[in-house]
Amino acid sequence: MRMPSLPQGLAASAARRAGLLSQKLGRGGGTTLPGLLLNRLRPEATAEMARSVPGGVILVSGTNGKTTTARLVRAALDTTGAKVVANTAGSNLERGVATALLHADGAEIGLFEVDEAALPGLMGQTQPRAIALMNLFRDQLDRYGELEHLVDRWREAVACLDPATVVIYNADDPAVAEIAATHPNTVSYGIEDPRVGRERLPHAADTTDCRQCGAPLHYDMITIAHLGRWACRECGSARGQPDVRATRVELHGLGGQRLAMATPQGPIELSLRLPGMHNSYNALAATATAAALGLGSESIGPALAKREAAFGRAERTQIGKVRVTTLLAKNPAGANENIRTMLLEDHPLHLLVLLNDRTADGQDVSWIWDVDYELLLENNRLESLTVGGDRAYDMALRFRYGGFDPVRMSVVPSVSAALDAALRTSGSDGDLYVLPTYTALLEFQAVLADRGLVPAFWEDK
Amino acid sequence: MSTGRPAIRLCHLYPDHLNIYADRGNIAVFRRRLEWRGLSLEVAEVGLGDSIPADCHLYYLGGGQDRDQMLVAENLAQKADPLRGAAEDGAVVLGVCGGYQLLGHGYTAADGRRMPGIGLLDLETTAGDRRLIGDVVLDVTLNGQTRKVVGYENHAGRTHLGGGCTPLGHLRRGHGNNGEDGCEGAVATRIVGTYLHGPLLPKNPWLADVLLGWALDHAGGPVDLELLDDNFEEVAHAVAATRAGQKR
Ligand SMILES: [Zn+2]
Repeated sequence: MRMPSLPQGLAASAARRAGLLSQKLGRGGGTTLPGLLLNRLRPEATAEMARSVPGGVILVSGTNGKTTTARLVRAALDTTGAKVVANTAGSNLERGVATALLHADGAEIGLFEVDEAALPGLMGQTQPRAIALMNLFRDQLDRYGELEHLVDRWREAVACLDPATVVIYNADDPAVAEIAATHPNTVSYGIEDPRVGRERLPHAADTTDCRQCGAPLHYDMITIAHLGRWACRECGSARGQPDVRATRVELHGLGGQRLAMATPQGPIELSLRLPGMHNSYNALAATATAAALGLGSESIGPALAKREAAFGRAERTQIGKVRVTTLLAKNPAGANENIRTMLLEDHPLHLLVLLNDRTADGQDVSWIWDVDYELLLENNRLESLTVGGDRAYDMALRFRYGGFDPVRMSVVPSVSAALDAALRTSGSDGDLYVLPTYTALLEFQAVLADRGLVPAFWEDK
Repeated sequence: MSTGRPAIRLCHLYPDHLNIYADRGNIAVFRRRLEWRGLSLEVAEVGLGDSIPADCHLYYLGGGQDRDQMLVAENLAQKADPLRGAAEDGAVVLGVCGGYQLLGHGYTAADGRRMPGIGLLDLETTAGDRRLIGDVVLDVTLNGQTRKVVGYENHAGRTHLGGGCTPLGHLRRGHGNNGEDGCEGAVATRIVGTYLHGPLLPKNPWLADVLLGWALDHAGGPVDLELLDDNFEEVAHAVAATRAGQKR
């Protein structure tokens, strides 16, 4: 039986009260429950609330980097003094967007990071002013299905967009570029500095055949996974010159990077506290989005420069004498970038890898075999290794068959005990890197919170 | 590494297109389990433009996205003769997921389009309306021994076996070949197909060693493989079996 739709005001206040109650009962941050309930009581509520935001709604999506990019766009928007409603600390599914909108009171503009599978639905509901399409990588096949199905769904959703919507897209991702190509109103971005290019496609590259004719793509520069300066020699399909492009990328290990960008509004020089080339892309996406919204280059650069890493993304915590850096690693493309960023550091690496297989992580742990952990082993850079989480022994096998001596490995499923083991082996000189999957990151964060080291995650602002 | 003892030659078919469920994990298991015993593995990677060598001891065919699998199916159908010949002579063939389907007679998609197989295994696959996804546990009998094998499945195909092959195993958990008959995979002499990934071999070292034993026999080498310290493998196997028994 289907419930009749409740009037907007009644449905909204019931949903808000449920969220407050949940928070009081200690059931977490209440970032999904109100939206979930609201969608039940009044299915059209998300669309209605989105339309009532006067400055429109911006959606940011992609397999990797959406949380960080949304935070960077937020920083740029904050310089305008506009009141922003966002799902920064909450769920990136429809229920999370609905929950954020429930608390929008008087917001002038909406900014939401959106799960890539939820994007087509939310594009239809929110009629966005701008969407940023960042990348599509292999991720959680048991949950999202094949990458090609997501590509198809994104393409259909973009074809239904209002022509006035600005589509910001990553020109270096051949699949994303093809999806955006037919839309009349776009801002593209990409990396142009050949010094940061890599020699060959990594094992986990996904979209390496031409989308038009099926011939293998040729790259004169490869950045991350299948991203780069691609062209098809068969049919002539090729990456065009992006509107916003990084002309110089200087990576300074975990400490951050310097970027020089060319934009239609003029050049931007920027010191970013976020490490790695994946964050170069995030900064480019944020810059292109801010530029598409009409922000000037003089305000974008300084705004982005101030931003620290988002929760669990190169976040640093001091535990005794050990400096602990947490790098969320939930799919091959992301984990590979974390590894490459760690390798930029010149000290011995102590590593704690936490593998869970819950719904939000993907129940299929095959993906760890697509990660190039061998890069750490080849140069003998790994001083110590601890593996933990629900599937600690799968990770132990990954390293055993990767060529790491099992005798030098600690296998400790409990996250708390694994942290203790890793801290012990890190010694007093230590720099410990923690690579957790998503739910392992939440567990790890809870362990740190229990020890009084960090605030709980829903207090993230 | 040259040890004077025979090397196993493995033909990895379409590594660029059929690699979706971490097939390289299975190759790593073959390599390391030989190396730890003082033997070695040579890998010949065969792509769309290459021909298939007839002199390998072990042939591996992994899984791909629908688009890639279609591309590979046509290509493989045209050049599979050396593979058929090697299998007839006693070479080992392992097909996983999409590779398993390609070893059969063919695959009929939801829209009626047919993808050719190479008919090494007497089986037929048709697309179902929903994907069969989740943890799998089955009992497998090979070389007169019965063992529990664990893995993960994610496939739209429903596979039905003909009289020319037998199921690889009988399900304790999971959907298997078609979600109906309680069977998983197929085997005919030394040709093995299965939907199980995770990948298949790291957590099932017994199965890996059965396949390596057959490959060594075909290569004319020692068939009794020394025991290895498989403590991690055994715990990972037990954890996966427990996960499969839990409602998720
Ligand atoms: Zn082409």
